[in-house]
Amino acid sequence: MVELLIKNGFVFDPINGINGEKMDIAIKNGKIVEKVTRKAQLIDATGLTVMPGGVDIHTHIAGGEVNTGRIVRPEDHVKDVVSKTATTRSGTGYSIPSTFVTGYRYSKMGYTTVMNPSMAPLEAKHTHEELNDIPLLDKASYPLIGDWWFVLEYLRKGDLEGCARHVAWMMDITKGYAIKIVNPGGLESWGFGHNVHSIDDQVPNFCITPREIIVGLAKVNKMLNLPHSIHLHTNNLGLPGNYVTTLETMKALESVPYEGRPVGHITHLQFSSFGGDGWGNMKSAAEEISSYINAHNHMTFDMGQVIFTDTTTMTADGPFEFTLYQLSGHKWVNSDVETETSGGIIPFHYKKNNAVNATQWSIGLELALLIKDPWKMFMTTDHPNGGPFFAYPRILAWLMSKKAREATLKKCHKKAQKKSLLPSIDRELSLYELAIMTRAGQAKALGLKNKGHLGVGADADIAIYNINPETTDIARKYKSVRRAFKHAAYTIKDGQIVVKDGEVVGNVSGRTMWLDVQTAEPCRIDDEMRNKFKEYWTVEYDNYPVTDHYVKVKDPIIVKASV
Amino acid sequence: MIVLTPLRKFTFPVNAECINPDVFQGKDTAEIANLTVFEGNKQKKLSELFKIQEDGAESPTITINGDVSEVRRIGVGMKNGEIVINGNVGMHLGEKMAGGKITVNGDACQWAGGSMKKGLIEIHGNAGDYLASPYRGSTAGMKGGKIVVDGDVGSDSGAYLHGGLIKIKGNNVGQFLGFHMSDGVIHVEKNASTRLGANMTGGKIIVSGYVEEVMPSFTIDSVKPKVKVDDTESVAGPFYVFLGDLAEKGTGKLFVSKANNPHLKTYEKFL
Repeated sequence: MVELLIKNGFVFDPINGINGEKMDIAIKNGKIVEKVTRKAQLIDATGLTVMPGGVDIHTHIAGGEVNTGRIVRPEDHVKDVVSKTATTRSGTGYSIPSTFVTGYRYSKMGYTTVMNPSMAPLEAKHTHEELNDIPLLDKASYPLIGDWWFVLEYLRKGDLEGCARHVAWMMDITKGYAIKIVNPGGLESWGFGHNVHSIDDQVPNFCITPREIIVGLAKVNKMLNLPHSIHLHTNNLGLPGNYVTTLETMKALESVPYEGRPVGHITHLQFSSFGGDGWGNMKSAAEEISSYINAHNHMTFDMGQVIFTDTTTMTADGPFEFTLYQLSGHKWVNSDVETETSGGIIPFHYKKNNAVNATQWSIGLELALLIKDPWKMFMTTDHPNGGPFFAYPRILAWLMSKKAREATLKKCHKKAQKKSLLPSIDRELSLYELAIMTRAGQAKALGLKNKGHLGVGADADIAIYNINPETTDIARKYKSVRRAFKHAAYTIKDGQIVVKDGEVVGNVSGRTMWLDVQTAEPCRIDDEMRNKFKEYWTVEYDNYPVTDHYVKVKDPIIVKASV
Repeated sequence: MIVLTPLRKFTFPVNAECINPDVFQGKDTAEIANLTVFEGNKQKKLSELFKIQEDGAESPTITINGDVSEVRRIGVGMKNGEIVINGNVGMHLGEKMAGGKITVNGDACQWAGGSMKKGLIEIHGNAGDYLASPYRGSTAGMKGGKIVVDGDVGSDSGAYLHGGLIKIKGNNVGQFLGFHMSDGVIHVEKNASTRLGANMTGGKIIVSGYVEEVMPSFTIDSVKPKVKVDDTESVAGPFYVFLGDLAEKGTGKLFVSKANNPHLKTYEKFL
């Protein structure tokens, strides 16, 4: 196995508290080690920034809705055609890139681990087949459990232990990594053409409220000792005034014991922080949300930043996508996935000269800057909902430079400019803080022990950027830093150089992680359950599970549950 | 002026975006000969496929003599100048064109003038499907300019039309003319086919000939003696005026000749 030595780089490794110190990183057999022999291949990182490989906690890159998105948007692909090279395969890109292009583009930015956040259990096989085809990245997927019938029934009965065993079984049959909850209760209601509008509304036919689902699953998550907390897409997402629901949700989760580990993760927080009571007076509620978050430690968040571009929205939140359709009149896809979840897809063009879109752009950045602790707030675009992931360097530029924010803000709609809190925020993030928001914090929140840091024993997933923190004033020279983040000088995956000078030069398959949750008692699988599969699902119980052979490179993570 | 003559009959599709007055401008024949094109998946020089000659005349800027029905993307995005094609031409002619003029003395294939913004395209033969329509899935239809077709036109033409004028003089027009159009004018001098103006939300379609049926999502509004095509031209009727497409809450107008469509007389009782 090749040995590698990265010499003399400025290392940013927040988990180990290393802030820009000049040091060497030794790699052997795909892991970071104390030292290597003299035969090791040398990478001269003098004057360069060395960080752990990027980790993305929330990005829609595979599965049923992603693929349907590809089908409905030929015009999205025609404007971004990618040719093959000696090492890479051809594909198409833009807002919903093909699998290979997804892998290459992430890797070019120095990312090595990504999480696909919404997998309808029924479409788990498809999702894993697509994940197998995404190269250069380690991946995992979160099954949608918040509106799964059996879970709703267990929670209604108050049988949390039974529910926990059932969720453990679901992680195994879907090869999932975390509990994903989307608009809890709302998706089940959507099957009947309704939605829930607060966390205390009743879900039809189940006599249960979103509050009970969220808190119940957070407790289940604790009982199972899952590495990540519940991954939550809040109720009323994307509607003016929804910050009230978001605050209530966060307060509801205070009832779950904290014990030093976050109990919940609210994803794409920007879409859940709208103030006002209609589209006309929609405004930012970043101040209210961030002041709550600064005073509490029990949750983590990601941005869901909006980029001004033509993108495709896709979420399991079918009722929200219907609202978007009514607003945009664009072509749309909407579905109810049997007893599990729903889904919707609509192309959407975020425009600077649209007051609502420009305010959304502002909210994302306000939240990221007003939340003081970067370990709580991570950078995402909710790809492709807020914009394609390869726009991340632009967000980094906005975060680290007030000048960059001002340059964009002055092109925005006058009404949005007036309402924006950005001019009052002077904070400019340092490379250390950016490293937390793009890798260390995300890895920690996901409970990935070998990712997001460069300590001995960690996976040798490393990104090297052409930034000299000693000579570059990143806030003023944001354009060159943006370029550097767009084209990593090196990306190293499992100890192999896969990207050099922004071009893909190597090929590594990347592993698929899932949780093998070991409970004291197995999940109760009786005739009643089998019969339900027979009656209500199109796929029978015996054919339902994703068997091991669906996963190309297997990386099961064993979790000892306390039930 | 540059004269291009195909050296042989092309069996593979040729992508020749470089055949464009804006690209040719300021280049001598040697430089033009070096421009790259793709024949199938092989990259080639323009001179490997065409004989390139220069003659003294000022206009048109580019003349193509011969059959180029396998050559795609001629004049894409052109802003100035004039292209004359003496023969049939391939797909995506003058797509996203923003000025200048293209004349085809022959037939054009699909997507001629797709998403065009300004300028003039004259097709003296027939045009294929998707005339003036955007690429599949896109909603960025033609925004301005003028397209005149002397012959027939295929289906799905004028989709997502958002401005400009399309004039069709041939006997046959395919289905779904003016699909989802929101503005602009389509004038069919002879007959049109079914699903006319489906999903339209604005603009005008004028049919001076025969229409088999009007979609049920259109409602009759009035009978008008004549209708204006543009600032300089109006057509004498009388015309039945239909409003639609109501399925899209549209306020598009469909003018159908009264004289040539006696079977639409039943609508008169709703007036």
